[in-house]
Amino acid sequence: MLVHSRAGRWAAWGLFGLLFLPLFALPLLVVVAASFATYWSGALPSGPTTANYAAAVRGESLQALTTSLITAVAASLLALTVGTWAALAGAALRRRGKRLLDALFMLPVAVPSVVVGLAVLVAFSRPPVLLNGTGSIVVLAHTVLVTAFAHRSVSAAIVRLDPAYEQAAASLGARPAYVLWRVRLPLLLPSLTAAAGLCFALSMGELSATMMLYPPDWTPLPVRIFTATDRGSLFSGSAVAVVLMATTLLVLLAVSRIRTRASYR
Amino acid sequence: MSGIRFDGVCVAYDGNTVLDRLDLTVEPGEVMALLGPSGSGKTTALRAVAGFVRPVAGRVLIGGRDVTALPPHKRGIGMVVQQYALFPHMRVEDNVAFGLKAQKAPKSEIPGRVAEALEMTGMAAYARRYPRELSGGQQQRVAIARALAIRPGVLLLDEPLSALDAQLRSGMLAELARLHRELPDVSILYVTHDQVEALTLADRIAVMDRARLQDCGTPQELYRAPRTEFTASFVGNANLLPVTVADGGAVFEGRALTLDRGRAAPGAAATLCVRPHLLGLGAGPNALSGTIAEVQWRGSTHRLYVDVDGHRLKADLPELRETPALGDRVTLHFEPRDAVLLAAGVSRA
Repeated sequence: MLVHSRAGRWAAWGLFGLLFLPLFALPLLVVVAASFATYWSGALPSGPTTANYAAAVRGESLQALTTSLITAVAASLLALTVGTWAALAGAALRRRGKRLLDALFMLPVAVPSVVVGLAVLVAFSRPPVLLNGTGSIVVLAHTVLVTAFAHRSVSAAIVRLDPAYEQAAASLGARPAYVLWRVRLPLLLPSLTAAAGLCFALSMGELSATMMLYPPDWTPLPVRIFTATDRGSLFSGSAVAVVLMATTLLVLLAVSRIRTRASYR
Repeated sequence: MSGIRFDGVCVAYDGNTVLDRLDLTVEPGEVMALLGPSGSGKTTALRAVAGFVRPVAGRVLIGGRDVTALPPHKRGIGMVVQQYALFPHMRVEDNVAFGLKAQKAPKSEIPGRVAEALEMTGMAAYARRYPRELSGGQQQRVAIARALAIRPGVLLLDEPLSALDAQLRSGMLAELARLHRELPDVSILYVTHDQVEALTLADRIAVMDRARLQDCGTPQELYRAPRTEFTASFVGNANLLPVTVADGGAVFEGRALTLDRGRAAPGAAATLCVRPHLLGLGAGPNALSGTIAEVQWRGSTHRLYVDVDGHRLKADLPELRETPALGDRVTLHFEPRDAVLLAAGVSRA
């Protein structure tokens, strides 16, 4: 909607500020403020310090950050591969098969993530596939949870892709696999990077399923934040939370900077 | 040298027949235009040759080889579509090289053939550009170069000029005619709804309507001696008058008309077809008088709409010094050799 009058524009900005600031910005600012505090008894935090951060970027916290990054990168790459593959296959199906596939991939989103965590734990706690106690069970659970989003966004992009491109390629004598690698995937690349970013952010923040199955030597950052605040270390927990937030934002920013030639259309 | 043959080709979507038993042969090196209104099945016919629709019955042959069951990439065709479909993530030269690379042409040959195709379409100077940096006409040239680079025996053109403005279109039409003179072995199937494109470019025209082939012949045959009412009105926008056949002519609303050509037996109902530009103003043979319903000035010509006994006739006349006013009574006439009799009701347009 275009607002033309000056007063109207101020009013729109005012309304935006009124709704956006308390709902989205203030809670985050409170966490940032708390991360620099030693105690908070009055209206504002007091005892400014950077000791919380010093603790947040070394030792167990640093290890948790690395664990989270590895988990998120592995899970989003796996999810992207599986989701894209399924979306490409789904595009070739008839309507009923496509709907079935869509429903199947949305299942982990519809089911509470605690249940997904429990299911993965029960399924892989005994041979033949024994993953319980290893980091890979966390990666697996995250992959199951975020594949739905990868599948969703890539499916939507495939629908928007003009079939004229692949038909032109086929008429020039290109086999379907060649068309996929040289035409369809390059044209889908902007959506693929966006989907990867989304999956990464979701995996970085995942807590409830992770709580069900993380082994002691594979503690992702959200679990660390939870245990810190659970013990009452609110301020050092806040510092770790700010580190999590900053890392995720940095990676998302980097992913969104990947401009592909297809996105210049 | 390879031609195209449609052998009783039927195409249906969800039980709707969109192409009904098409029999048509495009000779090697011939330009065949598929002309018809939208929904007439002409694009479906082209897509059946390309392999993007599967006929429910009949066969498609390219160069004598049955390709009905072959996937598109094994058919050896070149295709250009209305929206160009250039790959946006590749430079012009990579677009043109795409087919050669996909077909695993020897690496050493590719640059030469890309340059040759771009030269032929006058786009050599733009090889390093991306499609988005080109105008519509330039993109169309690249699309043609891309299709020609693989040296197809058959070139399929699906409304290739529809997205261009009128001036560019007549230029490209001349370009296409020149390309065909340079590549006399390539058979071209040209789908269009524009009769000017079809009349200018085609060796033969196949007129399609409502999923069926209505008429097929050289542009001159279709224009001078259409076989059906649909052809007469779609190609050249003819006047169609209901008449009764008489000896040496026909009777229209009680008027006796003399005609040179007639196919029907006296007494039969028929349709008389007269081209608008063959009607003259004033007294003469086969005079028809009526009242002016509308006058359009078109620069070098005047188009008059004249109501004659409840039938509206179109007449294209060289620019008139004195323009008649609405409601004026005028007389139109035509030479006996300029009218064609059609059997009535062959196809009601």
